[in-house]
Amino acid sequence: MPDQSFQLFPEAASSIAGQVDALYAFMVLISALFSLLIAFLIIFFAIKYRHRPGIKPTFKPADDHSIGGMVLEIVWTAIPLVLSMVMFVWGVSIYFTQSRPPADSMEIYVTGKQWMWKVQHMEGAREINELHIPLNRNIKLTMTSEDVIHDFYIPAFRTKADVLPGKYTTEWFKATKTGAYHIFCAEYCGTKHSEMIGTVYVMNEADYSQWLAAGSGEGSMAEQGQSLFNQLGCGNCHASAVNNGIGRGPNLNGLYGSRVDLKDGTAVKADESYIRESVMYPQAKLVAGFDDVMPTFKGLISDEGMLKLIAYVKSMGLKQGAPNTVPPASVTTNSTAPTAGRGAARAATPVTAPTSAGNK
Amino acid sequence: MIAATVPVKEEKNYMNAEHGLKSWLLTQDHKRIALLYLLSVTVFFIVGGLFAALIRLELTTPAGDLLDSNTYNKVFTAHGVVMIFFFLIPSIPAILGNFLLPLMIGAKDLAFPRINLLSWYVYMLGGTLGVVVLATGGVDTGWTFYTPLSTTYSNGYVVLTAMAAFVAGFSSILTGLNFIVTVHRMRAPGLTWFRLPLFVWAHYATSVIMILGTPVIAVTLFMLMLERGLHIGFFDPAYGGDPVLFQHLFWFYSHPAVYIMILPSMGVISEVVSTFCSKKPFGYTFIAFSSVAIAVFGFLVWGHHLYVSSQSAYAGMVFSILTYILAIPSAIKIFNWAATMYKGQVRLTAPMLYALGFIGLFTVGGLTGLFLAAMGLDVHVTDTYFVVAHFHYVMVGGAIMGYMAGLHYWWPKITGRMYSQLWAKVACCLVFIGFNLTFFPQFVLGYLGMPRRYHVYPVEFQVLNVLSSGGAAVLGLGYLIPGVYFLWSLKYGAKAGDNPWGATTLEWQTSSPPPTANFEVTPVVTTEVYDYSNTEVPHIV
Repeated sequence: MPDQSFQLFPEAASSIAGQVDALYAFMVLISALFSLLIAFLIIFFAIKYRHRPGIKPTFKPADDHSIGGMVLEIVWTAIPLVLSMVMFVWGVSIYFTQSRPPADSMEIYVTGKQWMWKVQHMEGAREINELHIPLNRNIKLTMTSEDVIHDFYIPAFRTKADVLPGKYTTEWFKATKTGAYHIFCAEYCGTKHSEMIGTVYVMNEADYSQWLAAGSGEGSMAEQGQSLFNQLGCGNCHASAVNNGIGRGPNLNGLYGSRVDLKDGTAVKADESYIRESVMYPQAKLVAGFDDVMPTFKGLISDEGMLKLIAYVKSMGLKQGAPNTVPPASVTTNSTAPTAGRGAARAATPVTAPTSAGNK
Repeated sequence: MIAATVPVKEEKNYMNAEHGLKSWLLTQDHKRIALLYLLSVTVFFIVGGLFAALIRLELTTPAGDLLDSNTYNKVFTAHGVVMIFFFLIPSIPAILGNFLLPLMIGAKDLAFPRINLLSWYVYMLGGTLGVVVLATGGVDTGWTFYTPLSTTYSNGYVVLTAMAAFVAGFSSILTGLNFIVTVHRMRAPGLTWFRLPLFVWAHYATSVIMILGTPVIAVTLFMLMLERGLHIGFFDPAYGGDPVLFQHLFWFYSHPAVYIMILPSMGVISEVVSTFCSKKPFGYTFIAFSSVAIAVFGFLVWGHHLYVSSQSAYAGMVFSILTYILAIPSAIKIFNWAATMYKGQVRLTAPMLYALGFIGLFTVGGLTGLFLAAMGLDVHVTDTYFVVAHFHYVMVGGAIMGYMAGLHYWWPKITGRMYSQLWAKVACCLVFIGFNLTFFPQFVLGYLGMPRRYHVYPVEFQVLNVLSSGGAAVLGLGYLIPGVYFLWSLKYGAKAGDNPWGATTLEWQTSSPPPTANFEVTPVVTTEVYDYSNTEVPHIV
């Protein structure tokens, strides 16, 4: 359980939390200074210049039109402008860190629905309203919703992102303190919005591996995606890691992350949302050189199933140079270096190798 | 207390010119229409306040023990819908603006008196529909109606509630149109643009937002009704729509709508501060143009509500910097009001206390807006109680304090009677203390991470919530007391006289209450506005 004692300031348990708190402290300071200045001026003037019958005011109407008046206007326009530009740049720089998952992030999938959070780990473990993560590792959540808009919010990590139906959004963090912290749904989502809550458990690496191994009975997400792939007969048309298809549909090997040329002359990057759209609405973006022959799979695949299919497609060879985000089912404990660079975080190879043709 | 300096003759005024219900319901007099609005807006304020009381009562404990989740959600939706669409948006423009705009510019009435009456009926139609729907079944989408919750998943009366807001919007459009034409065409001889009171500038800027922004929310709500009723896919991905599109359209109106609520208040503060310092507002032209700047820039910042909604980071940057630029005109106003007091002849009357309360609370509201404009910080605090606290500081601490300041300032003009200064000051202090006690703890709650619209919450948030609920009780009392002394003043209040405060704007040159035609003879303006050189300073404290 997260800490239930009375607090005035939230626990800071992620790499970004300190940066957000620093900006917050700066803004509290500036705000306090301005508020006190205004309060002081108002009270001081109200006393000093209180109306006393019979005493003539020293003020001349012409005073306001003096050069001094103009200087004041310029000063109290310029100072707030400069301070606010500092806030702007500071806020943007934190946001860019916050909104761009590092390339070596470990991936976890989250599906929101009224009113619960469903979490799938690449290795196969699944949980509801709980999220177990290792300490000091960059974690990237890829999230979607089965119904309305939700928002995955972890106050101790100072981050949140909306979770949208029909689309994938991401959120990343690196937990820096073991413990249990709140997960809240922060976008109002109907009757039991306030009960769409959960707990994130930050564990040290050894505990995490143990936990993960205990819950990976159904095989990795990519493996589960592969059986779904076979079950739905996708391989009848599409070349994949295990067969060559008959070429009626684009080759899926090396598709993820690549640039896809479309029939209408435009191009698109093959990300999660593109893959989802191509399965649900195949005619929305036709690949150059292919006919409109694919039926829609809308209604046949659940949102969680879709994530497994995507995990499988992603496992079929990644774009050259991209880090491996699809680890094998078992996690080795030597892959934990928190500052590991691109590609170094996991000592694994893709499930299958070919990264050739793309999908021309 | 005030002693009227000029003996007041019992003469015909707009209140006793005609009698009977019909003479009120069919009136074309802007002053009577303003009173119709005053009465109806007050009723909506009480309704919205009762919903707020239920919210604060429920939140005194972490568990959901007073209301079930469904009811709680309907209650906070009702609070938002009533307060925003039926109280805050019409409050100052439709009551004080309606009453004062023609008086301040030396006109006999607004340009289109019949349209003015029509706008009240349209407002009553929308408002009545809204309250009936909210009371008989309600809706649980929040006042923001986010899709696809509202179009596909909500069980409440979404279409009817949206219809109520849709209808009320036309009342805003008609009022805005009327004000703009009136300011352009009906000014008294000699009343140039830069002799206009700042209240008029503020209402002009507000009217521009009303006629440019309100049609957008009307279209958006109409699309919402089409999708919910006929399953035409604009927003729900299940029908091929985009849920975030709704948020863009919604905030394109609803952010400027905040300025519909706050600009008129700023206009009131400029008048009140000037009068009770017997001094022309410092930086008159800066204050006037800052209203116009707020009206223009207010339309360019809606995306700051969407930093976590999957909006592009670069779009977010543009919205962020524009938001900071938009903060500057508000800061200019605050500094100018404070500077107006310098070497003035300050009288701390009840309206002045409300005005100073406004300056303090609006400063906090504005500054905390800067926190939310900072993208990296907003990610943490958006959709938490920090946002709730921020916009209540702006809308209650700002808009309602300004409304109260205006009501206390012009009450003698509107009714011809004076109320108890002592009681009014007591009420003002209660409002100020109660307000801060209610909403300041919510900043802390928000940074701790308590999301808004939570019916039940973790136990560690209880202490701050109890403080907040206690403050709400004090605040409620502070709002009740004026109801008593205002009503009392109608019968027992001292006669106010034409110009009890020693003000300079035109509405104080006619009798209190004014005659139906406003002025015996059309005034001819030969001096600058706020020229206090020939005005006696009455000593009222």
